[in-house]
Amino acid sequence: MSRVVLVTGVAGSFASLVARRLVELGEAAGIDKVVGIDTILPDVDLGGMKFVRADIRTPVIGKVIAVEDVDTVVHLDVNPPQRGRVGGKELNVIGTMQLLAACQRSGTVGKVVLGSSAAVYGSSPRDPAMFTESLLARSGVRSGFPKDIVEVESYVRGFARRRPDVIITTIRAAQVLHPEVDTPLRNYFSNPVLPSVLGFDPRLQFLSLDDALSILGEAVEHDRPGTFNAAGDGVVLLSQVARRLGRPLVPMPRLGFAPAARRFVRAMGSDIPPDLHRLLTFGRAVDTSALRDIFGYELQRTSEETLDDFGRALRPGILSGLGRRA
Amino acid sequence: MNDDRTTIGSGGTPGRGNRQTSPSTAARALAGGTAARKPAAKAKKAPASPATPTSPAAGAKKAAAPRKTTAGGKAAAGGRTAAKKTTAPPTGERPTKPRLRAVTDEDAAAAAAAAAEEAARRTRTAGAAPLSAGIPIDEIFVAVIEAAQRVLGSDWEARVATLLSTVRKRLGGSYEVDEFGFDPEIAQVLTAAIEPIAEKWFRLEVRGVENIPEDGGALLVANHSGTVPLDGLITGYAVKKYAGRNLRPLGADLVFALPVVGQVARKVGATLACQEDAERLLSGGELAGVWPEGFKGIGKPFAERYKLQRFGRGGFVSAAMRAQVPIVPVSIVGAEEIYPLVGNVPSLARLLGLPYLPITPFFPLLGPLGLVPLPSKWIIEFGEPVRTDAYEPQAADDPMLLFNVTDQVRETIQQTLYKLLVERGNAFF
Repeated sequence: MSRVVLVTGVAGSFASLVARRLVELGEAAGIDKVVGIDTILPDVDLGGMKFVRADIRTPVIGKVIAVEDVDTVVHLDVNPPQRGRVGGKELNVIGTMQLLAACQRSGTVGKVVLGSSAAVYGSSPRDPAMFTESLLARSGVRSGFPKDIVEVESYVRGFARRRPDVIITTIRAAQVLHPEVDTPLRNYFSNPVLPSVLGFDPRLQFLSLDDALSILGEAVEHDRPGTFNAAGDGVVLLSQVARRLGRPLVPMPRLGFAPAARRFVRAMGSDIPPDLHRLLTFGRAVDTSALRDIFGYELQRTSEETLDDFGRALRPGILSGLGRRA
Repeated sequence: MNDDRTTIGSGGTPGRGNRQTSPSTAARALAGGTAARKPAAKAKKAPASPATPTSPAAGAKKAAAPRKTTAGGKAAAGGRTAAKKTTAPPTGERPTKPRLRAVTDEDAAAAAAAAAEEAARRTRTAGAAPLSAGIPIDEIFVAVIEAAQRVLGSDWEARVATLLSTVRKRLGGSYEVDEFGFDPEIAQVLTAAIEPIAEKWFRLEVRGVENIPEDGGALLVANHSGTVPLDGLITGYAVKKYAGRNLRPLGADLVFALPVVGQVARKVGATLACQEDAERLLSGGELAGVWPEGFKGIGKPFAERYKLQRFGRGGFVSAAMRAQVPIVPVSIVGAEEIYPLVGNVPSLARLLGLPYLPITPFFPLLGPLGLVPLPSKWIIEFGEPVRTDAYEPQAADDPMLLFNVTDQVRETIQQTLYKLLVERGNAFF
């Protein structure tokens, strides 16, 4: 069976790595061609991927699917808004709507893999310790990226209802922590000092890049319908992260933390999305037993190991002299 | 005070006028006692001033004149006085022409005497370097070591090494927390910190420890009281101390919304009181603690003490049934008296987003002192476990059964409370 995989948002660092992984899987996994699509040219090596410069917010996407005979769509163009990418909501929500509309029309598309985010669970003091896939967000999805991702998932569910023959895999991934992958937490942790919320020590989880690529590769290669959480095992507290990276925390009062932290981070030459503050206040952890038992993927790296790998690649922090690695 | 003095005049001291003008000479002569005070003070100083140069005299060239020489070297004191007397005259002129001058015979003698004394002192203090005047570093060092030995026992070196390595490990972040954010090391520190409060202040008495299963999951259900949920902390301490297990309390969402409190609560093992977390803890073989009365329990007026409130909606029973673990009823006596709630400010509480704003006999009145809990006598009794494994896990969906088991647990705790109250007698003595 020859397959054509369409990957959206390949100019992004993570999506381009996924596309390259799919190219590498190639014939062995039955993948003939990988088509990448984005509005801007990716600045990395495209490998054997075919790049189409198009906007998924326009009906052009339908033509691309028809022309290329796409049968698997990997939708990764759902990202927290970053600097230089204004209108994140436009891209996330309207792009998904257009893409799904095109998929619904297409007679070839048989599988949709959505690269969702654990942000769909929001973040609040009323959260259970671990979110399973059946739980809904208690709070913290009223604005920003979490709201986008909730809407994106609801559109995907609507699509699944209308096209029950299409296999839909939704991967709710924790943030990938890798020096080459542009995620909010990577940008945050790369700062020399880390603004934090006074009196809160959130539990965080990270996903290693290898695991993320393997999970998406698996989802493309095999049929794994359903929604799955993906995050490294275990949790790491923010204070622990700061100590491991040797970067001091700067506690700020919770009131007005979001703008203050953003300004602070910008002063250090970096940027964080405005909705990261909820994660930095209450944290979030997801249960990955479904990924292990139903999806059938054994995670290679724990959150802690992912963090340590990341820390080794990073410039040592100011306080790295303190304490010893066990 | 000052105003009184100006109007009344003398301010109680005879011959002093109104303290705004200086007293006349006549007045000073009349008030003999006060006039004599100044010369007396001078006279006191006078003998002292010749005495002061003598002590640094010997060690004047060595800036390090230890204060304890007078205390320690009593044998050498007699012999040294001669040397001191000879050197005393030059010291008088020393301030006028300090160091730069020709070396005389007297100086040589003084230097020799000083060197001899210095050597004698060196042998006494076992060759420690006199770094700065008056700070006996060697003595401090010895004292620190002795203190370490006394506090930490004979293997103090190993213990200090362990302590230091723990501190380094904490600073390096290489410790582990479980998925609920439980940090066993912090919990241990907290247990040690609570021990004196529980044992000495509240004179805690624990009964029925054998009812806590040695391993496997169990749900501890306790009454809630005391305005501030100290009973959770003390129960956790009692379980750790007497049963050797970590209690994982299930707390209200308010706990996790508060800064610092929420952070510490997670680190010592608490998590949100919800079905998911309760089942996760219990099926993981943990000992979960729940206070189903919630804010109705801790925020009830003092007049209603030891009257159990509604036990939530019985969610704890269904969690225990699904996980097939026993329910251990826990009766806590003593927590009601620590902060007797005599009033409440509901409007202000609503404004602050709190369930109640307590007024105790001491709290707003004495300020922070009112935050000290009253030293009531505590008894915690762990009752006989209610087994849930006789029911099917599906029985958790039968509301009538849940209500029955809830009532059973509630009645057990209420009856035990009455029994314990009679046995305890007076709350404070």
